[in-house]
Order: sequence, then structure tokens, then C-alpha cells
Amino acid sequence: MDIVKTDDLTFWYSDPADESETAAAGEKKTTVFEHLDISIEKGSFTVVLGHNGCGKSTLAKHMNAILLPCGGKVFAAGIDTSDDSRLFDIRRHIGMVFQNPDNQIVASVVEEDVAFALENMGVPQDVMRERVDDALKAVGMYEYREHSPSQLSGGQKQRIAIAGVIAMRPDCIVLDEPTAMLDPAGRREVMKTIRRLNRDNGITLVLITHYMDEAAKADRVIVMDKGKVILDDVPQNVFSNVDMLKEVGLDVPQSTQLMYAMKNDGFDTADTHIINEEACADYLYELLR
Amino acid sequence: MLKDITIGQFFPGDSVIHRLDARFKILMTALFIVMLFSAKNFISLGVAVLFFIIAFAASKLSPKLMLKSLKPIVPVIVITSVLNIFFIEGITLVKIYKLRITDQGIETSLFMIIRLIALICGSSLLTYTTSPIVLTDAIEQILKPLAKIKFPAHELAMMMTIALRFIPTLIEETDKIMSAQKARGAELDSGTLTQRAKALVPILIPLFVSSFRRAEELALAMECRCYNGGEGRTKLKTLVSGGKDYLALSITLFFLCGIMVLNLGRIGFEA
Repeated sequence: MDIVKTDDLTFWYSDPADESETAAAGEKKTTVFEHLDISIEKGSFTVVLGHNGCGKSTLAKHMNAILLPCGGKVFAAGIDTSDDSRLFDIRRHIGMVFQNPDNQIVASVVEEDVAFALENMGVPQDVMRERVDDALKAVGMYEYREHSPSQLSGGQKQRIAIAGVIAMRPDCIVLDEPTAMLDPAGRREVMKTIRRLNRDNGITLVLITHYMDEAAKADRVIVMDKGKVILDDVPQNVFSNVDMLKEVGLDVPQSTQLMYAMKNDGFDTADTHIINEEACADYLYELLR
Repeated sequence: MLKDITIGQFFPGDSVIHRLDARFKILMTALFIVMLFSAKNFISLGVAVLFFIIAFAASKLSPKLMLKSLKPIVPVIVITSVLNIFFIEGITLVKIYKLRITDQGIETSLFMIIRLIALICGSSLLTYTTSPIVLTDAIEQILKPLAKIKFPAHELAMMMTIALRFIPTLIEETDKIMSAQKARGAELDSGTLTQRAKALVPILIPLFVSSFRRAEELALAMECRCYNGGEGRTKLKTLVSGGKDYLALSITLFFLCGIMVLNLGRIGFEA
């Protein structure tokens, strides 16, 4: 079953500078997508890659009705996102985590912030307590429940933001570059947390990133360029298209890069389907033996 | 420098005062202010101060903290007392050129100093012993009846919550911007007053711009978490009042009545 599905999605940003000339409207617009069809399977871990301005964040914003399609339809958790009356249903099912953890934490106590969505939804108090505690335990921040977010590190803050979303018990979380502002330790923390949520709690993940090593861990990688899907496959197959990725300004994981360079230098046995360090090390070991 | 700001600072503890219902604490603080302003002579003022001292002792906070809270208002105290000393009519004690110091002047200014200090200490005691979140909740609940006349009680509380949440973030940001401008050669700590005021512009503008950006992102994040105004909201924690709160309120009222009675006596100063 598909948790998110775009059906012939077309979207453009109208140029705000030209709003006065309504007669010429439709000409001065920046088209982001034309006839885009993407579906995200329930329980999967999908990574969306792409160069800046390729439309990946815009796509994310369509998934929980922050933006509405100009043409075509988007179905989130089976609900048409243009159905205004069910907006909060959609947002409850599809959670969203943004880049800057500081700008998504509302309250000055960790547990109050995690409870924010539940308070908005009008969840009764006893149920709320339980769900807040569960969410904090799921991201490994239960001990910090009475801290102020300003005392926490970037990675911890981002985990609080994730807890605030999973307290709603969503089916799917869309993460828009959640690790972009974090240090390597914070990135590892966040990646570990979301992968565990995917594996143990069966939450569908859509991760937008520009870190290739994060993408290598997904079930599926979608590469976008200029609003179009140019590659959509398991990470091994996507990253073996080294030339194509470089053309759209993306990197490949370092181990793939090494394999690629070796292949070009005449090591025919080198396999560009290798995307992680262990497999790469094994190959090198075999080669040197 | 910016780390020293103590507005709304909260010192966690487990004293009786800490555990009182915040709504009652706000009410009691308001009554304390009434006490201070209705006190007409030194004895009734003394009783009000005694009330504060009892509450302060019960809060188990260190007196040093209280002194720290007074620091920013020292200029205000000095100006008020100087003005009062010189401009109140009465029996002249000392005359310097055209300025006269009168007995009434000294009395009034002493009275004012005590009243001001007690006022600041009393309200500091409220914020020192109540977490900002609880305080905001309490204010929201106190103002709730006013929602009937379209007073935005929930919105006000939400704004306070967000403001409190972003104080440390913005302070950190200001520090960063200041360092960045210093690295570009801005002189923030020297020069004449106008020069220093001008030097603030390149700090405030980036701060404002980034605050607006933050506000936009925060609004989006709140919408994504189903924020829909105050209607139909529930709370993680509710304020509960018990016997001790009513007892504390009775004590406050007792002191207030005491002051009203003592005001009738004609000892010393008459305001």
C-alpha cells in the first residue's frame, strides 16, 4: 500500500514581483514539477537526493499539504491533500521534521514540547502522558524530559523535534534535511534514531538529504533533477550510475567513488554496486591477498 | 555580558512557596503590591515587609539572589530618593544654596525606597519560584474568563511561551552576530554614546531578519503539528490547588487586613 502518492503532480511558484500584471499571469512563473508521479510504499525508508533547487523540499511540502498541487493530485495516507476539511487528519498521519531544530521547538521544557501536537489534537491528559513518555523513550531522550531545549546539543534537539512528531503516532515522517545543521556525532544520533523508528515501529520514512552515506542506508533512493525523477532504485543500483550522478552535481558514497576510480584505472573486477565500507574493505582484502 | 540577564529567571526548588499553585502565587503577589501601596505609615509598611520576609524565608532562596535582582533598579531608587529629599515641603533641616532638605523629605524618600525595594523583591520572588511555563499557564487560566469578551487569552499565553523559549536562542544569536561584526572591525565597546548607538545597527538588523525567518519556520512547524488556535486544546499538566494554597491566601488576606487597621493609627508619616 502506498502511504504517499503523487498523481500527475504539477506545481509552480508564481513570481511575486509580477503579481500586479494579472493579465500576464501564467507566463511569469517558476515551474517546479510537471506531471510527476511518485509513490512511497508503507513501511519503507526512501531517500530523496538532488542538487539545490531540484524541488526536493517542495515535494516534501506537498506530502502533508503545506503546499497544494497546481495540477494533478497528491494522496497522503489515502486522503486527497486538496481536501481542506481533512487537513489535520493528513498532518496527523504524515509528520514533518525540518532542518533547523531550534526553529521547530515551541516550548521551553522538553516534555511540554513533545506534548504540543497532542495538546493541539485535544488528546486527554492520561493518554497524553503515556504517549509523550513513549515518544521520548523511542528517541532515547526520556532522561532529558524536564530539561530546557537550550541546554541540549543540536542532535538532541533534533531528536526532541522527532519525538514531537512521533507523539502524534504518524504513519509516515518526512524529514527535510534533518542533519544538515548538525555535527557528525549529532548526525549519527539522528540517523540511528530514525532508522530504529523505521525498523521497530514500522514508521515510513522519507528522508531528504544531501549526505550520500545516509542515502546508502535506505531501501530506495530517488534522485531528482530539475523537478524530474532521473533515478529511482535501490541504493546499490542508483550509486552505480556514477557519471550520471556527477552530471547533476551529486556525489557518490566514498567506497563507490573508490571502486569507480579503480575500475577506470583498469581493475575490471571493481564493482560500483559497492556502497558501504565493509564491502569495499572485503573487496580490497581479496584483491591484495 | 548577555548571559547575566535575569528576566523571568527561575530557580528550581522544593520549598512550600515553590509548590504553591501559580495562580494563587500571582494573586498573592498582586495582593502584596496592594499592601505596599495602601500602607500609609511606617508600621503598616513594616508589616508588609514582614509578610515578604516570611514568604522569602519559606522559599529557602539565598538573600544574594534577591540583592542581584535589585541591581538593575539602583538608578531608579537613587533618582526617586534624591527627588523626594529635595522637593518635599516640611521643616528645613539643611539648606545648600537653593536646595532644602526637609524632615518630611527624608521620611518620604525612605518610605519610597522601602516600598520600591519590596515591590521588586516581591515580584522577583514570584518569578524565582515559579517556572515560566507554569506561570504562563496560570496567566492563561486567570485570563480565560476574559475570552468571552474576545480577549485573546490563549494567544497571549502562546506568545509568552514562544518568547520565553526563544530568549536563550536569540541571546546566543546576538552573541554570534556581535562576534561576527567585531571580526569585521566593528567597535562596540568604545567611542561616544552616539557612536556606540550607531554600532548597534549592524547587530540589530541581522537579528531582526533572522527572527522573522525563525518565526516563519516556527509557524510552519507548528502548523505541521496540527496547531489550530486555543480551541479544543488539552494540557499535559493542569494546575491543581489544594488546602495549602487557600491557607497561604488566607495568611495574605490577614496581613492585608492588618495593614488596613494599622493605617488608621497616626504614627509617623502620612502619605
